Amino acid sequence: MNPKPWGDTAVVGKPVSRIDAYERLSGAAIYSLDVLLPDMLHAAILRCPHAHAIVKKVDASAALAMPGVRAVLTDADQEARIPWHPDAQGKPVSRLFDPHCRCEGEEVAAVAAETPQQAADALRRIRVEYETRPFVIEMEAAHRAGATQVHDGGNYVYPPGTGDTERGDVAKGFAEADVVLEETYRTSCEIHTTMEVHGSVAKWDGKRLTVWNTTQGVFDDQAALAAALKMPLSDVRVIGHYMGGGFGSKLNLGKYTVIAALFARKTGRPVKLFLSREETFLSVGNRPAHTMKLKAGVRKDGTLTALELNGIGTVGAYTDWTTVGYQVADLYLCPNVRVKELQVYTHAGQSRPFRAPGFPQCSWALEQMMDALAEKIGMDPVEFRLKNIAAVSQAEENKPYTSTGFAECLREGARVFGWRQARERKKGDGAWVRGAGMAGGMWGYAGGPPSTAIVRLYADGSVNLNIGASDLGTGTKTVMAMVVAEELGVPLDRIQIESADTATTQYTGASGGSKTVMVDSPAVRAAALEVKAALVQMAAGQLQAAASGLSLVNGEIVSADSPDKRVKVQDLKTLKEQQVVVGVGRRGPNPAGKVIRPFAAQFAEVEVNTRTGEMRVLRMAAAHDSGRVMNRLTYENQVFGGMTMGIGLAMTEQRILDRETGKMVNANWHDYKIPTMKDAPADMTCVAIDPHDHECDTTSTKGLGEPAMVPTAAAVANAFYHATGVRMTSAPITPAEAIAALSKRRKG
Amino acid sequence: MKPNDDESERSALSRRRFFNSMAAGAGGAALIAGPGEGRDPRLEAPPDRAETIRIPLTVNGRQHSLTVEPRWTLLYALREQLGLTGTKPGCERGECGACTVLIDGQVRYACMTLAVEAAGASITTLEGLMRGEELGPVQQAFAQEDAFQCGYCTPGQAMSAEGLLRKSPNPSVDEIREEMSGNLCRCGAYPHIVKAVQRAASMRKGGVS
Repeated sequence: MNPKPWGDTAVVGKPVSRIDAYERLSGAAIYSLDVLLPDMLHAAILRCPHAHAIVKKVDASAALAMPGVRAVLTDADQEARIPWHPDAQGKPVSRLFDPHCRCEGEEVAAVAAETPQQAADALRRIRVEYETRPFVIEMEAAHRAGATQVHDGGNYVYPPGTGDTERGDVAKGFAEADVVLEETYRTSCEIHTTMEVHGSVAKWDGKRLTVWNTTQGVFDDQAALAAALKMPLSDVRVIGHYMGGGFGSKLNLGKYTVIAALFARKTGRPVKLFLSREETFLSVGNRPAHTMKLKAGVRKDGTLTALELNGIGTVGAYTDWTTVGYQVADLYLCPNVRVKELQVYTHAGQSRPFRAPGFPQCSWALEQMMDALAEKIGMDPVEFRLKNIAAVSQAEENKPYTSTGFAECLREGARVFGWRQARERKKGDGAWVRGAGMAGGMWGYAGGPPSTAIVRLYADGSVNLNIGASDLGTGTKTVMAMVVAEELGVPLDRIQIESADTATTQYTGASGGSKTVMVDSPAVRAAALEVKAALVQMAAGQLQAAASGLSLVNGEIVSADSPDKRVKVQDLKTLKEQQVVVGVGRRGPNPAGKVIRPFAAQFAEVEVNTRTGEMRVLRMAAAHDSGRVMNRLTYENQVFGGMTMGIGLAMTEQRILDRETGKMVNANWHDYKIPTMKDAPADMTCVAIDPHDHECDTTSTKGLGEPAMVPTAAAVANAFYHATGVRMTSAPITPAEAIAALSKRRKG
Repeated sequence: MKPNDDESERSALSRRRFFNSMAAGAGGAALIAGPGEGRDPRLEAPPDRAETIRIPLTVNGRQHSLTVEPRWTLLYALREQLGLTGTKPGCERGECGACTVLIDGQVRYACMTLAVEAAGASITTLEGLMRGEELGPVQQAFAQEDAFQCGYCTPGQAMSAEGLLRKSPNPSVDEIREEMSGNLCRCGAYPHIVKAVQRAASMRKGGVS
């Protein structure tokens, strides 16, 4: 039976500094890249420099003779012939060092040496004969008949039509509209660029393998690694105590982990293999570029009559999933909707989930379209959206949401931002003009079981909390400790946490999809409640009182009827005898027949220099319904971070592939620009909308990390439009793009 | 802190000494090794290592004598030789600031400084901001304002903040944004970092934390 929802809380929801702030700020936190083991070797990977090539020959003899070199791995080594890259049917189409390289950066060989410098030297001495092949890097080109094929069988990842959806009568819907608009929107390919590069340290003890991995999920890695090396789970230990950012790019097991393990087995020594920054631009995923043709019909009163999306995206060279249509089908009330999407292969780095995969792209199109429709019918953009709020999930057979605070997000966000005043503010008549824009959004996934957590209460009343989840920087550990503190009344500084280690913690799925808090905090709460129940039972025996009349208050178990009957936790005789109480909690199922979704609205004020095309984001406000706020401090930080990343999508980030060679020309942070402190406004505010959702899970939480960046870029683009009257349909809005569009308008 | 003029002269000197030593080969290397360390450094090199040089390095007030390859960065020497892994590699090409340290009080990227270039200099890393087992003011301010998420760029952010506050104890928001813009944070904790720098400024002046 589910516990009652929390009413007023003593700890949960307050602003609390992170429980591991000391470790992260003192340098005591050991990230995987910091692991230094005695006798450790350093490995490096040689990668294909061509967009499409066949490796004809690899000669590593000179490399093997280099000082410090201990081992080389190529496709000639039988143990390295490990299948990789499953296609849409799950059949692997490649292997660890496959001679058929379908994009720049594919793994060709690897070296292990005494120092990283020696490994790098040796890589240069490996002679590889490549036979280059024609390539296709643009998705529109890959889609054309007769295009160069990335895989036998054509460039469609899934047969056209897969996943397309339609409801109502779209043609009729457009016929009934007073205004119909159609526009093609584009977003660019973005690279995650986590601060800590991807990599692993591997060590064998006999048949047992230990891997320190920078990962979003140790258990997913354990399973994938065990499968790749054909080992039982019990022989594979993955540790990921601290990790320097993931954003989706550390959800998949990397080849580097397997290569490190192979080298460690081959040499009998621990091996460290971390990629260079440049390699991470090529080989560990991206948010794919997308082209979205969106048509929308609306009546003068603001009723949406039809929406039609035709999208195309590319997963790169290997199978992944990139669709964007969910919000078109779900966010706003609309009876007639058609979504058609194509996913194609190209000779470029494989995509991976990237913070709300598909959603910021869709917002870029949908929310700019909503802005344009509102203008056409002379309605305020906030009012227009408020007119089209859905109470049920139209994309999920009209099942009701467990809660939706979307309308409240729009209203409260507008109030906090000062929307009306910002829209009416003088735009300016000099070079710099101002404008304000907004956008709505949602996230289309909810986590669920399994997750198991353990709470151990020691004889002195202090606690060990054991969770399998990785803390990606989202504050997971702190939130989970707060749940324990809430239930057991134990101060946070008396809670020690063990996390993200397959040998010592309990199973939970990888931290992705904004699921960690909504999946793991109910498990932690259940574990804490089990401890509490055990303590009350102990007290009932000791106090000769009925357990039902006892409660745990401030470290004491007290009888409601006779307050003199009380005992401190550490004075419980049974606890003294057994020295520990263990509570095991599990995540229960999600409610049947309902849909759990977080919602958001964000607002931006920008200024644009009409002579240079520069744009500055002056301030932003966000209103989020992610259910209950667990920690006000980390909540706000995560929203600001999401908006900062969204500013990158809107203004600076773009993978650029060279048409002549198919190679990425900006595979570094100098040329691939992520927002700096000067690009993100210091003036950001965030308001939390809590719909008191008592159905979604036992902590009333819905997930925050991803929705935080969904509407941002569109809000910025809408503000650009408000400032200049020019609609920028392609992201990012760089000064060059902006000045071209602005001068085009001037020339008429 | 020593005045800046003095320090820039010293770092210029050490750079010059570095280039001299490179030109003179092993002899030059012995020359910079200092008194009592005149043995041929090649004899001390571990097997399979390139030519090595012995350098004096003061890190967080402690004097070290390190055997380094001329091509090793200060970042590599700090982490792999001294085990001071608080200083993080992010790009190893001067783009992100994760490896920021203070060299003779100046904010520097440890990936863009060769270990031999830092010979004789005084290096402060994140570990050097600690007061025993307690966090120093900048670190405390970062904790209180939640000025990080994954924490990986944080050592560099803290060192840039420390360098800024030593130079300018009362920075404006614009000054903070300018001076800290060489430190990337992919999690986007920037608004909280600004607040943390302001709080640290007040704490350093004896304000209430």
